[in-house]
Amino acid sequence: MADEVVLLDFWPSMFAMRVRVALAEKEIEYESKEDDLWNKSDLLLKMNPIHKKIPVLIHNGKPVCESLIIIQYIDEVWNDRSPFLPSDPYHRAHARFWADFVDKKVYSVARKLWATKGEEQEAAKKDFLEIYKTLEGELGEKPYFGGETFGLVDIALVTFYSWFYVYETFGKFSMETECPKIIAWAKRCMKKESVAKSLPDQKKIYESVLDLRKIFGLE
Amino acid sequence: MVEEVKLLGMWASPFSRRIELALKLKGIQYEYIEEDLKNKSPLLLKYNPVHRKVPVLVHNGKPVAESLVILEYIDETWKDNPLLPQDPGDRASARFWARFIDEKLSAAVRKVIMGEEREKALEEYFQLLKMLENELKDFFGGESLGYLDIAAMTVAFWFVNVQEVVGVEPLTEEKFPILDKWICKLQDMDVVNECRPPKEKLLPHMRAHVEASQSAPK
Repeated sequence: MADEVVLLDFWPSMFAMRVRVALAEKEIEYESKEDDLWNKSDLLLKMNPIHKKIPVLIHNGKPVCESLIIIQYIDEVWNDRSPFLPSDPYHRAHARFWADFVDKKVYSVARKLWATKGEEQEAAKKDFLEIYKTLEGELGEKPYFGGETFGLVDIALVTFYSWFYVYETFGKFSMETECPKIIAWAKRCMKKESVAKSLPDQKKIYESVLDLRKIFGLE
Repeated sequence: MVEEVKLLGMWASPFSRRIELALKLKGIQYEYIEEDLKNKSPLLLKYNPVHRKVPVLVHNGKPVAESLVILEYIDETWKDNPLLPQDPGDRASARFWARFIDEKLSAAVRKVIMGEEREKALEEYFQLLKMLENELKDFFGGESLGYLDIAAMTVAFWFVNVQEVVGVEPLTEEKFPILDKWICKLQDMDVVNECRPPKEKLLPHMRAHVEASQSAPK
């Protein structure tokens, strides 16, 4: 039976990007439906009534919500290729812990870099760099967070790379200077076709944020 | 090889108690170490330097932190009496609702505690709780306790107490018949009762916490 895979998507969302990367890694054919978050589609409201958020993966008509949950679902269904998690339970737990860390820590702080000003923005910059330095420590000398192979934590974190120009511009810092290992790792990931084709250009994201800031009265 | 399993926990923490229930359901022997969260031990700081929180499971010297991550680790390591369903769609659903409890439902409870527009906050909480109730069969896990029942203990024995502590309308059989039946079933289970703090000890502890958070600077 042919699988029917639909992704409810939103082009600048780093969470939606994660699912694009995961689907590309597994070479799964799918239909992308771009949602307008200012005017949410009936399909989105039906498939994710609780959070009303993208991404949503619809597999043979059944929805799966929350990006990290979707990635694990994809890994478990298409389990014959490119595993995102190692086989040993301890290393799996380690990966899940760090993916959870990214989810809990990065987004809310990163958002403040461009959506706030003054003291709040300064505090966010400090937190952001601290979080990324912790991640750098975890990466160590490994090529990927997953070790020799690209995995769950890499997918969870790499999509924020498309937003780095935004963070650097508004936060007034350089990731290359502050976290060189993260930049090296991100560039390594970007050499993978699954990542390169799933992340929008950093300048394009920046332009969309300029529009958002106008709407929020920050410009 | 003799398995060495330690759990760093705290008696009043629903996250910590989840792990105790999982270990008992799997019949795993473990050493419990009570942490004083106001005076964190070097052991806790060593085993969970990132978050410095309980619970932490230490298996043959290797630590695992974050309660939902620990539950999956336990399930994958000790494969008898599986906690998560087999089907990937059902697994995704269980994970989704566990996060819902820890994030969305928890935030709604916090709003009820904070007291601003309490009626509205309570209404919102009840709406979210109803969504969770709709997932319930006999147990969330189907015919027996599973991963989501373990996570939902937070609702049965902590969130329900919040209502009492703050003095708002409790979870009634009338409003939530299926959830109420499930809680009664849990209360009848020895293994669950071994894993929850006695109400007479928990209520004053929660009251103190609520008072502290209400008087804390916003």
